[in-house]
Amino acid sequence: MSTADPASPRRSWLARLWNFIVELWDVLRRPSSVFGLGVLVFAGFVAGIIFWGGFNTALEITNTEKFCTGCHEMKDNVFAELKTTVHFSNPSGVRASCPDCHVPHNWTDKIARKMQASKEVWGHLFGTINTREKFQDHRLELALHEWARLKANDSLECRNCHSAESMDITKQSPRASVAHQRFLFTGEKTCIDCHKGIAHQLPDMKGVPGWQ
Amino acid sequence: MIRKSSVLVLLIALAAGSGSLLAQSLNSGLRGPTPLNEEGPAPPMTPMRNTSEKEVRNYPEQPPVIPHSIEGYQIDINGNKCMSCHARARTGESQAPMVSITHFMDRDGQFLASVSPRRYFCTSCHVPQNVVKAPITNDFVDIDTLIGRTAPGGQR
Ligand code: HEC
Ligand code: HEC
Ligand code: HEC
Ligand code: HEC
Ligand code: HEC
Ligand code: HEC
Repeated sequence: MSTADPASPRRSWLARLWNFIVELWDVLRRPSSVFGLGVLVFAGFVAGIIFWGGFNTALEITNTEKFCTGCHEMKDNVFAELKTTVHFSNPSGVRASCPDCHVPHNWTDKIARKMQASKEVWGHLFGTINTREKFQDHRLELALHEWARLKANDSLECRNCHSAESMDITKQSPRASVAHQRFLFTGEKTCIDCHKGIAHQLPDMKGVPGWQ
Repeated sequence: MIRKSSVLVLLIALAAGSGSLLAQSLNSGLRGPTPLNEEGPAPPMTPMRNTSEKEVRNYPEQPPVIPHSIEGYQIDINGNKCMSCHARARTGESQAPMVSITHFMDRDGQFLASVSPRRYFCTSCHVPQNVVKAPITNDFVDIDTLIGRTAPGGQR
């Protein structure tokens, strides 16, 4: 306090903050007189687990089909369409749920995606796509985002389940094995270049490369 | 007495006759042995033929059948999945035959720049084939056989 200049309230505020930090540091630095070091380390460890776990649990909850279809925008449009496709029910009984294709399994990518997705909550509140018509009007824009994302990460989500390495082209249909050998195995193209609209109906495809 | 018994005989004969008639009409046709008032079990779904081998057309004007699966292919106002392979500009990559020039013609025989609206819905003419045993045989005879072109000494 002694250094504070009474003529400048701004500086005195800063100085007070500095003092507080110094005092806090002093307290934290002093060895505990009540708990042993081992106890403190253990408590910190447990607290860490709880916070980390809680954070991850919150992430997991938001990572389910149930959560995604909680919003009618998602349920009435994209989810309804997904139900008729091979990714919803198939002979193998493996279902791809929304996060399988839309949220990267890599943890850091996951966080990045969550931060980005906060805009969906605004979209929900302001009703940007709250009717089928509005959804159809916006659909191309939303699809373009998804295509760009999958193109940029070399169809990472698809490859979490399908991998080019484990494809047995002798068991594939002739068109598939030719296309995969010519363009996929050579790295010229990625899944989403050729497999658009496998999970939902397509937006207006005029002008999209490869379409008429 | 005679009248009464003859009426009885007639009734019995009628009942027997109509019974067998009914039974016959009920069991015939494509629906199999299931009685008319009951719904039979649905036949199992069969996979689409997906060999990619061209099938011989039965007559020159026939829209060729599709030799590959078209499951999940979208054809509507937003897009036409078929054209992502069969359009002129796409055939280099897809190695698919281009839609023939007749597909660019409007009803007056004018050639348009792209596929004519009346040819947009491909599956109204082209159909895929499923792997099934046909329930009835087909006695279609193509023109070559009909005019004896396939027989030695037949027409040229
Ligand atoms: C709060 C309601 C709500 C929930 C829950 C929700 N969404 Fe959405 N979603 C929306 C809205 C609204 C939009 C449109 C946002 C806009 O206008 O840009 C959208 C857009 C999208 C898009 C297009 C993204 C883009 O970049 O344009 C994808 C993909 C998507 N949602 C997937 C999901 C997945 C996967 C989940 C579950 C993890 C989910 N959504 C949960 C409301 C929701
Ligand atoms: C959760 C795992 C999973 C993810 C993620 C996934 N798939 Fe699939 N995919 C499957 C399964 C399971 C099948 C059906 C296999 C079968 O026929 O039994 C399938 C089938 C397919 C088929 C064949 C469709 C048909 O009609 O036979 C294509 C093409 C395909 N997936 C592409 C993709 C693309 C592109 C992506 C990324 C956007 C993707 N998949 C993401 C599991 C997945
Ligand atoms: C050059 C374009 C192209 C690329 C790139 C591509 N595919 Fe395909 N794929 C095809 C074609 C063409 C077919 C056969 C036609 C169809 O299914 O519509 C096919 C068929 C399939 C099938 C069904 C197999 C079968 O026997 O019919 C699966 C599964 C599949 N692709 C997955 C993938 C995955 C996963 C990737 C990315 C790792 C990928 N494809 C990349 C063109 C491509
Ligand atoms: C097999 C992978 C797959 C699954 C499962 C899947 N999606 Fe998608 N989704 C895609 C792809 C690929 C696109 C990009 C547009 C396209 O090609 O249809 C997309 C696009 C979208 C869009 C943008 C609008 C549009 O239709 O283009 C939304 C919103 C969306 N998905 C939400 C969901 C929700 C919600 C679920 C779960 C009910 C889900 N998706 C399940 C692959 C998938
Ligand atoms: C992934 C690319 C692709 C798509 C999509 C596709 N085709 Fe094909 N189609 C081919 C190829 C390649 C051939 C040549 C035979 C083969 O290899 O399967 C062919 C052959 C055909 C033929 C036989 C032509 C002949 O002369 O016998 C017809 C008819 C046909 N396709 C119609 C369709 C229709 C209708 C659709 C949409 C419902 C469609 N195709 C979608 C690639 C495709
Ligand atoms: C009104 C009926 C009709 C419609 C609709 C139609 N076609 Fe055809 N298509 C034909 C007939 C008839 C032939 C054979 C004679 C000819 O080539 O004109 C044919 C031939 C073809 C061939 C073989 C061409 C060749 O040179 O071997 C392909 C491929 C084809 N059609 C694809 C398509 C596709 C893709 C669509 C949808 C965009 C389509 N057709 C819509 C009637 C139709």
